[in-house]
Amino acid sequence: MTMAGHKHIDEVTGVETTGHVWDGDLCELNKPLPKWWLYVFYACCVWAFGYWMVYPAWPTLTGYTQGYLGYSQRAAVTAEINAAKAAQDTYRQAIANTPITEVKGKEDLMQFAMAGGAAAFGDNCSGCHGRGAQGAAGYPNLNDDDWIWGGSVEQIEYTIAHGIRNGADEARNSAMPRFGLDGILEPAVISDVANYVRSLSGSEQVDAAAAERGKATFAEQCAACHAEDGKGNQEMGAPNLSDAIWLYGGSQEAVTQSIVTGRGGAMPAWATRLDPVTVKMLAVYVHSLGGGK
Amino acid sequence: MNHGIFEKNSLILLIGILIVVSIGGIVQIAPLFMLSSTIEKVEGMRPYSPLEQAGRDIYVREGCYNCHSQMIRSLRDEVERYGHYSLAAESMYDHPFQWSSKRTGPDLARIGGKYSDAWHTEHMRQPTSVVSASIMPAYPHLEKTPLDYSNIQDKLKTLQFIGVPYTDEMIAKAAADIEAQIAPDTPAAKELLARYPKAQVRKFDGQSPGEGVKPTELDALIAYLQMLGTLVDFTKFDASGPNLR
Repeated sequence: MTMAGHKHIDEVTGVETTGHVWDGDLCELNKPLPKWWLYVFYACCVWAFGYWMVYPAWPTLTGYTQGYLGYSQRAAVTAEINAAKAAQDTYRQAIANTPITEVKGKEDLMQFAMAGGAAAFGDNCSGCHGRGAQGAAGYPNLNDDDWIWGGSVEQIEYTIAHGIRNGADEARNSAMPRFGLDGILEPAVISDVANYVRSLSGSEQVDAAAAERGKATFAEQCAACHAEDGKGNQEMGAPNLSDAIWLYGGSQEAVTQSIVTGRGGAMPAWATRLDPVTVKMLAVYVHSLGGGK
Repeated sequence: MNHGIFEKNSLILLIGILIVVSIGGIVQIAPLFMLSSTIEKVEGMRPYSPLEQAGRDIYVREGCYNCHSQMIRSLRDEVERYGHYSLAAESMYDHPFQWSSKRTGPDLARIGGKYSDAWHTEHMRQPTSVVSASIMPAYPHLEKTPLDYSNIQDKLKTLQFIGVPYTDEMIAKAAADIEAQIAPDTPAAKELLARYPKAQVRKFDGQSPGEGVKPTELDALIAYLQMLGTLVDFTKFDASGPNLR
């Protein structure tokens, strides 16, 4: 390959070559760029200069060029969210100013709250309570009327806003003793009490003799919160044990485990993450799912 | 111009390419290291506590970033779903940052406090037990594996070397702070909180705390997840002036 210092014209086509020669006589034509390509390139240059002037572009020593439009992604998203909020403002204001018990009676507000509540539920609650609010082991089903901390719409709103056993003073707090872990009851006694607890809801797979033995211990250790008849106490978040609805499962093993560890499930305080109107809409939504009192 | 010299010497050509290509990179990247407005001035950011940092290392080790981002972009749907858009300041002590670019699972930039510890424990053991449609793999080994924090001092020292403001005291107390963060209501935990404000102190994996109880890998990971996105006080964040970009 040699570099030619002067112009070399190809004899056949009359076009200038690049000046590169391979194998003694093999040259390459120096054809101009296709016109369409060249003009697109020029157009891109013009576009780039325009872009630099209009949008934030070049860094400077202390900042960057802001551009004539003063565009800001952060301002844009803030404006977009505020516009969306403003569009809903009539309803959001109305919900904020309406006592939560009265939202249900106002058809348009109810419709809005149900839609907003359902959306917020999907984003925030479904991780634990399930997409259909059906719950999971340790996370209550919200479609039934078996409430641990109360099923009125105000009680539901409080529970959502402040959560359960999350360390905050306002949270719904109660702690069942860890009868097994802390050695309050012997394993055999716990097994008897578990049998008794399961018998309260009419389970047929209960060891009747063991249940009978567990009765006295239940009255002594459990009745203070779960009540003599096992119907529970919503003030203390002590679940009803006389129905066949189990938060952590109703098998002998699961109930034994509950007595051994005391469980103590927690729920975040959503007032710290969501605005009050959203919390209110969530409460209305959850209350409407089927079991609201 | 005589470009024969480039065409005849591949090494010179290579160096030439590197110079030309790096001009674009330098123009884009270098100013970000100089501009004071790159990292927002915010209140609340602090280095990770040693347990959180250990959890972060497990997060990286298990490749969580392959499916989870930690970057809430300034888009309405993301802000409404996940919370305030992420700030550069929020990852200023991240080495390496975990912004990621793949979202098979949800963004985790503000996962802290969204679920209970029990949920995380259950979810790591078997994700489908709490999210029935989940395709996340299970990580049941984490709660069974004691956390190896024998090298935590070296880790913190390395981070200090590359600019994370760990004090010498923080480094000296690193191992003690790991144990303190799972031992609530102890003097050591109080000391930890003085060094790392807003740190959450409890046994995260559902096991009982107590004297001599050692942390598991799950403790570290949940401690990390539960603090993600919780440090900056957004009531005091001024989204204007240099913070508006």
